[in-house]
Amino acid sequence: MAVTKETLESIARAGKPRARWLQATYDFARQRPLGAIGAMMILVMVLVALTANWLAPYDALTTDYGAMLSAPNAQHWLGTDTFGRDVYSRMVFGSRTALIVGLGASFIGATFGALIGVASAYFGGRIDMIVQRIMDVLISFPLIILALAVVAILGTGLQNVIFAIAIPMIPRCARVVRSSALAVREMPYVDAARAAGFTDARIVLRHMLPNVMAPYLIMLTAFLGQAILLEASLSFLGLGVQEPVAAWGLMLRGAAIEFAETAPWMGFFPGLAISLAVFGFNLFGDSLRDALDPRLRTQ
Amino acid sequence: MSDALLEVRDLVKHFPIGGGMFTKPVGVVRAIDGVSFSIRKGETLGLVGESGCGKTTTGRCILQLERPTSGSIVFEGIDMVTLDAAELRAVRRRVQVIFQDPYSSLNPRMTIGQILAEPLKVHGIRRDKGERELRVRELLAQVGLLPQHDKRYPHQLSGGQRQRVGIARALAMEPALIVCDEPVSALDVSIQAQIINLLEDLQSRLGLTYLFIAHDLSVVRHISDRVAVMYLGKIAELADRKAIYDEPLHPYTRALLSAVPIPDPKIEAKRERTVLRGEVPSALKPPSGCVFHPRCPIAVDRCSAEIPPLREIRPGHWAACHLA
Repeated sequence: MAVTKETLESIARAGKPRARWLQATYDFARQRPLGAIGAMMILVMVLVALTANWLAPYDALTTDYGAMLSAPNAQHWLGTDTFGRDVYSRMVFGSRTALIVGLGASFIGATFGALIGVASAYFGGRIDMIVQRIMDVLISFPLIILALAVVAILGTGLQNVIFAIAIPMIPRCARVVRSSALAVREMPYVDAARAAGFTDARIVLRHMLPNVMAPYLIMLTAFLGQAILLEASLSFLGLGVQEPVAAWGLMLRGAAIEFAETAPWMGFFPGLAISLAVFGFNLFGDSLRDALDPRLRTQ
Repeated sequence: MSDALLEVRDLVKHFPIGGGMFTKPVGVVRAIDGVSFSIRKGETLGLVGESGCGKTTTGRCILQLERPTSGSIVFEGIDMVTLDAAELRAVRRRVQVIFQDPYSSLNPRMTIGQILAEPLKVHGIRRDKGERELRVRELLAQVGLLPQHDKRYPHQLSGGQRQRVGIARALAMEPALIVCDEPVSALDVSIQAQIINLLEDLQSRLGLTYLFIAHDLSVVRHISDRVAVMYLGKIAELADRKAIYDEPLHPYTRALLSAVPIPDPKIEAKRERTVLRGEVPSALKPPSGCVFHPRCPIAVDRCSAEIPPLREIRPGHWAACHLA
């Protein structure tokens, strides 16, 4: 066998051991450059959200009626809105709303979904049947319709928006995780745990859930982009977070539509932020799915 | 038998095929169809038979991983079939299992130390964390592993080492009976011998009782005190190891034994072999009468009409054959 560049590299790699996650990150970036670009975009967004207090030249809520609807200039880089609030500062602070809702909703949705999926697969039989039919009913509604229904019940506001977005995600994750959990259920180590007399809760949480991590992570990252978009949509419809909180969806609505021709910066930049954020999360999510998929199949 | 640790009586396990919430099953697989045997304390009962004969299902019923359709499984005087979930949990400690595939029988997300400590914690065998660590090391030593193996994950061990961990996990519960479900058939021959020796060694040291399920006749011959031969969900023959191997009474046992090659080409060329005709019938539609009659070389009319009961033909030697 010819000595290839790869083998030499792997020998060199074996010589100086690197942390496993570091190696995995490196391999991921090299094999999936698009995913790495997505990850970079996410990283930038997270950094912006964390350092918003320093990055934003103005407070997101301060109004300046002397500078209403001013076009991008040296003081207001991306212009101001109808209340004279700085568009750039509101966008920077809006990244926090997007991330909080995106992460919160995806985490809650994917985690509860995974729990339901694993439990459903573990108990099987009639319980599985009933749970899956309920999930089918919920899946039959488009994300936004179900989210609207939940907002109608719970009311608006940041917390309720997170729940409203999380709930329609639960059945989608539950179904995907269940199919992996069905395979895990048949593994002898689950039989061993049952033979050891462990409780059902322990078997589901300690023995099955950790072994469906791959589909869980895939669903989580896939949900992130969707959740951000959904939050923007709900806010745009006036059913998400409420004024005067800085949120990208809110910035697109109302006056931004009225003044779309005379002050296009009011809607253009937040719209761009939403697109880029969703694009970044989707790029990363897709690549992560591809990277984890072979392991999914062998499980 | 009063000294029986485990007594299985008329065990039946049928699996319905198809059938949903509203439809009836289209058929029934008779995986086990009336199996009875007992295991004395400290002995090893070998359970042999070809794939699909119900030997693994029998083991799973004893472990209560499958609920039997009917019959009783009396362990230490308690019928496990009648217990509810909470009562069962306490009994389960005393009946443990070693699986065939050492690769899938250990949770890949837990270290060896965690795998071995978990039952100690859950059942309150060792309540103190330090004591648990000590016991884990003791268990590792008992199965011939090193103390530092406790920090490893299953994928970092070899097949033989993993099977040792599987044995240690069973021992952690301090069981009386261990169901060994083909514990060596996934291993190399050289490793097989090590594991068999380890099992024998542990049995004599800890006074364990084994139900040893296998299809390898020579392995069973080596480790068992008594041997039960299963065919299509029923026990064909049950006797002491010597009696089964030297004077088999059931034609199926004879055919099985004649399939074992003799490691001497001269004798191998001369000896007469009983080759069975046809395939194993489906457990969906087992033959009438004796389930073995369509393939039996000595079958008579009576065999297709009447089910032969498992009867004691010589003291301690049971066979289910009209002609034995």
